[in-house]
Amino acid sequence: MDCHCTRRSFMKGGALALLGLGAIPHFLVRAAYAQGGVSRPKILIAVFQRGAVDGLSMVVPHGDPSYYGARGSIAIARPGGSQGSLDLDGFFGLHPSMAALKPIWDDRRLALVHACGSPDTTRSHFDAQDYMESGTPGVKSTPDGWLARGLQAAPATSSSPFRAVAMGSQMPRTLRGELGAIAMGSAGDFDVKQGMAGMGGGVNARAGFESLYEQGVKDILHGTGRETFEAVKMLKAAKLERFQPENGAQYPRGKFGDNLKQIAQLIKADVGLQVAFADMGGWDTHAAQGNERGQLANRLTEFSDGLAALYRDLGDRMADVVVLTMSEFGRTVRENGNRGTDHGHATAMLVLGGPVKGGRAYGRWPGLAPEQLYEGRDLAVTTDFRHLFAEVAVRHLGIPASAPIFPGFSTNPAKYPGALV
Amino acid sequence: MRARVGSLPLLAVAVLAASACSSAPRSRQAAVPALQAAPEPAPAVRVMLPATSLSEEQRIVHALNRLGYGPRPGDVERVRQMGLAKWMERQLEPSRIPDERAQAALQAFPTLTRSVPELVLAYPEPDPKLLAKVQSGEMTQQEMRQMAPPERRPFRIPAELQAAKLTRAVMSERQLEEVMTDFWFNHFNVDARKGAVKWMVADYERTAIRPHALGKFRDLLLATARHPAMLFYLDNWMSTRADLVMAAGPNKGRRMGLNENYAREIMELHTLGVDGGYTQQDVIEVARAFTGWTIERPREQGTFVFRPAAHDQGAKKVLGHVLPGYGGEQDGIHVIDILARHPATARFIATKLVRRFVSDEPPPALIERAARTFQDTDGDIRKVVATIVSSPEFFSADAYGAKIKKPIELVASAVRAVGGEIALPGDPGSQQVGGGLALALQVAKLGEPLYQQQPPTGYPDVAEAWVNTGALLNRLNFALALAQNRIPGVQVDIGRAVGAADREKPPQVLDALLASLLQGQARPETRAVLAAQLDNPEIIRATSDDRKAAAGRPAANTPTANTDVDKLAALVLGSPEFQRR
Repeated sequence: MDCHCTRRSFMKGGALALLGLGAIPHFLVRAAYAQGGVSRPKILIAVFQRGAVDGLSMVVPHGDPSYYGARGSIAIARPGGSQGSLDLDGFFGLHPSMAALKPIWDDRRLALVHACGSPDTTRSHFDAQDYMESGTPGVKSTPDGWLARGLQAAPATSSSPFRAVAMGSQMPRTLRGELGAIAMGSAGDFDVKQGMAGMGGGVNARAGFESLYEQGVKDILHGTGRETFEAVKMLKAAKLERFQPENGAQYPRGKFGDNLKQIAQLIKADVGLQVAFADMGGWDTHAAQGNERGQLANRLTEFSDGLAALYRDLGDRMADVVVLTMSEFGRTVRENGNRGTDHGHATAMLVLGGPVKGGRAYGRWPGLAPEQLYEGRDLAVTTDFRHLFAEVAVRHLGIPASAPIFPGFSTNPAKYPGALV
Repeated sequence: MRARVGSLPLLAVAVLAASACSSAPRSRQAAVPALQAAPEPAPAVRVMLPATSLSEEQRIVHALNRLGYGPRPGDVERVRQMGLAKWMERQLEPSRIPDERAQAALQAFPTLTRSVPELVLAYPEPDPKLLAKVQSGEMTQQEMRQMAPPERRPFRIPAELQAAKLTRAVMSERQLEEVMTDFWFNHFNVDARKGAVKWMVADYERTAIRPHALGKFRDLLLATARHPAMLFYLDNWMSTRADLVMAAGPNKGRRMGLNENYAREIMELHTLGVDGGYTQQDVIEVARAFTGWTIERPREQGTFVFRPAAHDQGAKKVLGHVLPGYGGEQDGIHVIDILARHPATARFIATKLVRRFVSDEPPPALIERAARTFQDTDGDIRKVVATIVSSPEFFSADAYGAKIKKPIELVASAVRAVGGEIALPGDPGSQQVGGGLALALQVAKLGEPLYQQQPPTGYPDVAEAWVNTGALLNRLNFALALAQNRIPGVQVDIGRAVGAADREKPPQVLDALLASLLQGQARPETRAVLAAQLDNPEIIRATSDDRKAAAGRPAANTPTANTDVDKLAALVLGSPEFQRR
């Protein structure tokens, strides 16, 4: 049959071949790390808060004179009281449900960028998520995601099939593209599912498929097939279940905590992970948003408990890890008629990890007085999200600043928020 | 507005979980369609088969794979008896193919045929206050389901549409119509998750896409341009003349203006192509022409309306054509005519169709001929497709098996190959959306969530997009799940595919499977690998059990015998050959 090789399959096939077919690359990789011959890859974990998180409740600008006037019943109390926001720098405070993150801030490993967002004016979740994930606000036909483009331009520190992993059964836009990222509902799903467990048929379908794709045919299917079985073996050999949460880390119950836990396992198993993606919903608080308690508070508890557990679990390994949180836009400054908030503009994003210059808020605060608001209603954007994402990509992942991660957008180190070492 | 854009598959799972789809589907014996009709009038288009190096069997298999979703048991023989050219002529004229069985099955999906205003009324968005109560723990999911049952929520509409799409792909005799409907939906993509599109998407496919799938391109373009699903998805409904201030309604006092989104995509993606020779000024002029093409209250009524007050009454100049002032609603129709008849459009559409039917690298000479047919026939899609599928390039050895099946093609063709039956909603034990939705979830897992492609480009039609590590693993797991009858609401009987082969002779069983699932087109290496599998302990053990069982009762009915054959069938369905068409 004709050769349908692509540049991608050729490159990946070539890189895998270097590790040796049939061998278990995992051990080779570990051995190489142990000898100090190869440095561990830098890892980025991107966390998407889908539905537009209320940045003004997540990171409370309690020092802004207009905050309490505009927010009515949904305002988060000033620091000090038992239910008050957790003061960070005299101006901003964390929502009281996010106490788990406070020690990380105090350790200077957590930073925030407030009034961050997209220059595009859309208030559609759909379009705004699309723009943030493709990295091209206003341009809908971009075929791939910013992080897929970015990682392709990164120095090839890892040729692993697990270079980029999205937790979830479908590939998020952020990682779509030629890169060939893997989406998995859970690590346990990443295998040939034999069915008929009682029949003792543990190996045969997998072995059969493997032989079918091992034939010496040079086309995209066979190449990918060989990679696939290599990847399945690699994950099996990695024995992720060996890596239970350490240092007393307790992940919150639910999908988000599970996903973060599995990302930590992939990191500890040294499978060559460079980029991981997880998301969490439930932020679209149009009604009964709550204040120190309630709907949003519950989501923030799960969110921050998850991130804090990951930080604790990874321990020293956080030296190579950055977690970046994002959301498609923020919410209206004023409380609406249903004790909730509607779609707004800027929000707050968090950056957490060893390489973070933490304990600081970055970005210019535009203010909440009526004349300071975007279109008279929303927190204005003072930091284009692409400057922040570019900083993480370039400074942390080592992607060349010249790489076209954000086509048509001019960014450079002078414009970065400066949150990373 | 829903908090999570990617939530449709989750909801679909919930809908499925609420149903126990394990029981047998309705008995449907009449698997053989009535092909011998009364004397037929002359076909709308004559197909002359070119000389080719392919065998007759290969030609038929190729046509069944490319003009449809692959052969069912017996299809190759039926086409042979009818004559391939005649079969293709009939496929090109679907209204003349009786299709009662599929039509009857579609009755099970009531949302498919209802108008947008009816659907908006019957499937309202749940009250956000209820959602908030669930989020904060004041209300359980159970209580929420009682107050706003999933089958009465808006996402029931795209869920039924997904289920119907798989049901049709597997069951319909009008295979080319299904392929073309999929092709054009993808070309004029909308995403059901964006705002009000969920109420409009079924109507969009039924009234704008399907009737014109083999009709005139100009009619298709116009139907999509005026449909609320497209107007909403690409924002044209919000586009107005510059500086219009809303005089009434919820946005009273708000300053509106031009939105170029649709204008750009209609040229870049729907007609001329990105290199089709238009400028940014053309984008602006086209956007001005379409001002006023909007939607009557999208979340309450959802029908097309032209609003003169929003229309830019000035003169426009589009691709060198002058549109005099005060054209009103006609401005947009004028633009449709200019774009539909532009030579760049003929070329762009011809290229995409040749890529779909022939090869990821479309042969330039065939593009040229298809584009000429497009221009000579004023964009008659039936004739353009006929030019392509009766060409030497189509029947060339290079084209044979050269395309990688995209996920829906793989899933539908696998179910067809094994003669699978899809349970319908209302079938005993399958009161929800039936087996079609379970198959759609498989398609989503393989990377093609139906009606949920975010960018307006639609899904790509080249191998690289569909072949990657995670997706391939899911293809293999789908093959296993299907062959082992583990997909809820889908029943397969692999035993039938094996037919009369002697179960005590595994090589005979293998050959029977290769004949029925791959029409004997397996490469020798593949057959050798599979034959080697016959030595593996599991299959031998199972076979000896089979022999013991055979002493007492017929082997075909013993579960042990089936387990064995099922796994072998899964290997065939997961083979590299079956991933190609």
